[in-house]
Amino acid sequence: MASAPSKLYSDDVSLVVVLLDTNPFFWTTSSFSFSHFLSHVLAFLNAILTLNQLNQVVIIATGCNSCDYVYDSSKTANQSFGNGRMPTLCATLLQNLEEFMTKDEKLGIEEAEERITGSLLSGSLSMALCYIQRVFRSGSLHPQPRILCLQGSPDGPEQYVAIMNAIFSAQRSMVPIDSCYIGAQNSAFLQQASYITGGVHHKPQQLDGLFQYLLTIFATDLHSRSFVQLPKPVGVDFRASCFCHKNTIDMGYICSVCLSIFCTRHKKCSTCGSTFGQAQSDDASATNRKRKAPDS
Amino acid sequence: MKNGEGRRLNKQAGEDDEEEEDDLEGGLEAWERRYAEDRSWEALQEDESGLLQPIDNSAIYHAQYRRRLRALSLASIAASRIQKGLIRFLYVVIDLSRAASEMDFKPSRMVVVAKHVEAFIREFFDQNPLSQIGLAIIKDGVAHCLTDLGGSPESHIKALMGKLSCSGDSSLQNGLDLVHGFLNQIPTYGHREVLILYSALSTCDPGDIMETIQKCKKSKLRCSVIGLSAEMFICKHLCQETGGTYSVALDESHFKELILEHAPPPPAIAEFAISNLIKMGFPQRAAEGSISICSCHKEAKVGVGYTCPRCKARVCELPTECRICGLQLVSSPHLARSYHHLFPIAPFNEVPSSRLNNSHGRSPSACFGCQQSLLNLGNKPGLNVACPKCKKYFCLECDIYIHESLHNCPGCESYRPSKPVAASGE
Ligand SMILES: [Zn+2]
Ligand SMILES: [Zn+2]
Ligand SMILES: [Zn+2]
Ligand SMILES: [Zn+2]
Ligand SMILES: [Zn+2]
Ligand SMILES: [Zn+2]
Repeated sequence: MASAPSKLYSDDVSLVVVLLDTNPFFWTTSSFSFSHFLSHVLAFLNAILTLNQLNQVVIIATGCNSCDYVYDSSKTANQSFGNGRMPTLCATLLQNLEEFMTKDEKLGIEEAEERITGSLLSGSLSMALCYIQRVFRSGSLHPQPRILCLQGSPDGPEQYVAIMNAIFSAQRSMVPIDSCYIGAQNSAFLQQASYITGGVHHKPQQLDGLFQYLLTIFATDLHSRSFVQLPKPVGVDFRASCFCHKNTIDMGYICSVCLSIFCTRHKKCSTCGSTFGQAQSDDASATNRKRKAPDS
Repeated sequence: MKNGEGRRLNKQAGEDDEEEEDDLEGGLEAWERRYAEDRSWEALQEDESGLLQPIDNSAIYHAQYRRRLRALSLASIAASRIQKGLIRFLYVVIDLSRAASEMDFKPSRMVVVAKHVEAFIREFFDQNPLSQIGLAIIKDGVAHCLTDLGGSPESHIKALMGKLSCSGDSSLQNGLDLVHGFLNQIPTYGHREVLILYSALSTCDPGDIMETIQKCKKSKLRCSVIGLSAEMFICKHLCQETGGTYSVALDESHFKELILEHAPPPPAIAEFAISNLIKMGFPQRAAEGSISICSCHKEAKVGVGYTCPRCKARVCELPTECRICGLQLVSSPHLARSYHHLFPIAPFNEVPSSRLNNSHGRSPSACFGCQQSLLNLGNKPGLNVACPKCKKYFCLECDIYIHESLHNCPGCESYRPSKPVAASGE
């Protein structure tokens, strides 16, 4: 990366940090097999690397018990330059991925009573942002970073605060989060992540053509995005999670002091300790106010 | 590095007498002075290959950052719970009397005020997610309401920019009476505040202003004034009585500083309002290109809009109140911006890099966050940090980024067993 001639760094050099969902709970129930999925993704990653010789790809595996880096094109490219890039990508990635998944599975066995189906998106998102900060630190000449979430598992509502923190940090650093959701119901977290950070969210209709979707939508570098018609969001799901049960809700109660969200009425706020006085309905007072002050 | 540190100290010590030296250096041209004071070449050093490199100040930065973090965590232990008045209802009253056309601020007081009110409104909504602002102006001895209390920065700014002209006298009492009428109606969980930007040196009132001040005090209106000319007794009295702050701007940058001080939620006013649970809805954003009639403007609109989760009515903007069923509608990401205050992550512990060599695991030699090597730091006395909860190692840069921007520990987030423990602890 450092050896690249500086002149070649233009606006369209990309760093794509791919967050790969490896959650076995999802892949065993999905009609689309993981190996099938990988073959599409590998072809897509090769395409990104060949689009520009300075493009860089980093892959982080999002497991259901852990997250880890499984591939970094800036490291492996230097190791075996003679073989060419494509075989290296496949070999290294597949080997690391297998190691990771075996380890991830072992971690899960230790506490098998509790069946968790979500994957640790907040972890891999946080790691990706740390990696991107390092790229920003590396000097003024760096590829344009973006994050691509390839997610199939349903949202883990317990990660709500952490994922929102990561989204706002990405927004502040102007890192778009693209997301491609391949599961059954759409993901509210990913829709919000892409909407807030200015990335693209898409849920492919036909998984057999995944490669086509990936290439036409997510291979576009940030500079070229202003010239192409990318899919517009089909609505954004702005639902939140309650702090008490970690349920996803579209209506709830909010503590007026700390803004914590609860799904039912409580006497005391579990986050900030405020006690709530009157149990009268807020809706009534709100509508009264409305009547007293008609729009002038 | 030593060299840099010494220079830094010298510079800090020198800053105090800089003002006295100004006269002595008067003979230097402005551009010369810039080079004489800012010895930018001293911030460079040669590396092994002879290339020029900026002096590595990261160790100093990191030490400063850790001091800040420690002070912060001590403060939060002392307070033990976070209580801030996050829901504020603020009226900004702008004096557009004859005095606002004075040109001691360039190009005029009015333009400077308008410019910074715009910045203030944006900053205010960023820091106070559920709060609302209203705008009022005083002109020709009477007060007008420019915008009703609302949560959309754009509509306020548009209304203000369209009404920029000044004439007549100023009346503090009329201004207070007007906003008192509006703020007295808001629910008790909200903090009622008034911010007056006062240019005039007098007030032409129809009655006894002291009565009005007492009325504001009774309704728990916190009134603050920023003056643009000189200190006035009546403004000071108003602020003292109602618990607000009074300040007079010296110049434009000072004015900007003073007005932005009102953007973060003041912790002291927490006792002013009664804490309460507010029922709220989190509407979905409609698909781009869909057509529907909004309930607020009663117009058919394409695309933009949100759907009330209770009655399914369409509204144009958030936050707002549903016109049909009265439910408060907010965008949940807006709320979530303040959540990192509620669940702060613990400061990381410092670990000397020599300890890393005998630790086991797959990659203890690299930062868990960014994969930067922690061992190969050359001849520098390497210092790393570890999260007390997940025991993962991080580099100093990640440490700062994690605590100041990300507010998540990547190690804790990518480790499942910690989750059930955290959930039951809440
Ligand atoms: Zn709940
Ligand atoms: Zn609370
Ligand atoms: Zn409307
Ligand atoms: Zn409604
Ligand atoms: Zn790091
Ligand atoms: Zn941790």
